[in-house]
Amino acid sequence: MADDLELRFERTVQSEARIEPRDWMPDGYRKTLIRQIAQHAHSEIIGMQPEGNWISRAPSLRRKAILLAKVQDEAGHGLYLYSATETLGADREDLTTKLIEGRQKYSSIFNYPTLTFADVGVIGWLVDGAAICNQVPLCRTSYGPYARAMIRICKEESFHQRQGYELLMTMMRGTQQQRDMVQDSVNRWWWPALMMFGPPDAESTNTEQSMAWRIKRDTNDELRQKFVNMSMPQAEALGVTFPDPELKWNEERGEYDFGAPDWDEFWQVVKGGGVCNEQRIAHRRKAHEDGAWVREAAAAHAAKNAVREEGAA
Amino acid sequence: MSTSWPLWEVFVRGKRGLNHVHVGSLHAPDAEMALRNARDVYTRRNEGVSIWVVPATSITASSPDEKDPFFAPAGDKVYRHPTFYAIPEDVPHL
Ligand SMILES: [Fe+2]
Ligand SMILES: [Fe+2]
Repeated sequence: MADDLELRFERTVQSEARIEPRDWMPDGYRKTLIRQIAQHAHSEIIGMQPEGNWISRAPSLRRKAILLAKVQDEAGHGLYLYSATETLGADREDLTTKLIEGRQKYSSIFNYPTLTFADVGVIGWLVDGAAICNQVPLCRTSYGPYARAMIRICKEESFHQRQGYELLMTMMRGTQQQRDMVQDSVNRWWWPALMMFGPPDAESTNTEQSMAWRIKRDTNDELRQKFVNMSMPQAEALGVTFPDPELKWNEERGEYDFGAPDWDEFWQVVKGGGVCNEQRIAHRRKAHEDGAWVREAAAAHAAKNAVREEGAA
Repeated sequence: MSTSWPLWEVFVRGKRGLNHVHVGSLHAPDAEMALRNARDVYTRRNEGVSIWVVPATSITASSPDEKDPFFAPAGDKVYRHPTFYAIPEDVPHL
């Protein structure tokens, strides 16, 4: 019987059909999905902080409204994804606890600080851009609720990337000081953006099984290459350079060659040694704890109303 | 007191003339808040003209394990589909 179920699962995955919540699935598949989707959800939620940092200091009402809408979208992305984990039997409270206790991870990119307003533009362009590269193939991931969440997210991400690029174009048309600010920001974010695709394929322990289950559709290195190829013409149009002396067009391969990110730095940030790791988690914990009385009051209000309605009926 | 709010399933009617379609779920203390949260989470870009929220515990679903027998009554009734009927090509409007 178990073999039967497993066979049906494999066949469904292989035929590019989707696995749905009440289907039988291997334990490992369920665990891998919960870990990956939760990590993804946490990234959206923590990802609100670096940009949220600039909402009150945005240079115009237009930029402030855009940034608010973008940060609100990221909250929405987190919620779509938490909702997907719950179809796998995960508990929302439990996931939040694991995040603020440091037992589950989020993308390391958000442990870098946003020093200038140009960072808002560069995050939209490069960080959301890298996220799009990662996420577009996930619209075809084998687990239905995850794939559907990714479709919604990808539709909204395109606004994120374009508003960032437009912001940078505006700054590049400004003063020399503004142009320098953009270039400085690009210099700081380029390598962390490349690290968003994860360690090189040779060191990526989860890739093989995830590809077999069709949770993951492309390897880390494939996606990184694609991102470099896409970003180069955009950088040229903008008038900025990337801080990589090895970056150049390879006629033979029809792709750009590029240098390796500093993987020691990557692992150091993953392990908690980034500039903002502590600050990000402390902020999330504070928001959660400060909101406790609201959650309790709303629950008490709902309970009281339920009793009242019963009395009236 | 446990403060984790119950789970609600959200259905959105994209525009007039379409059915409500399941879009996801959310937590809320009561139906009214669930509707408000659903508006903010699932219709930030005019994705809907009407929203339903249903307590997740109120939904009864067929089990995929009994999939074949459960849907079997429809399986052998091909005559319910228009393509079952051969109509000469020169007959219009059919
Ligand atoms: Fe996002
Ligand atoms: Fe985004």
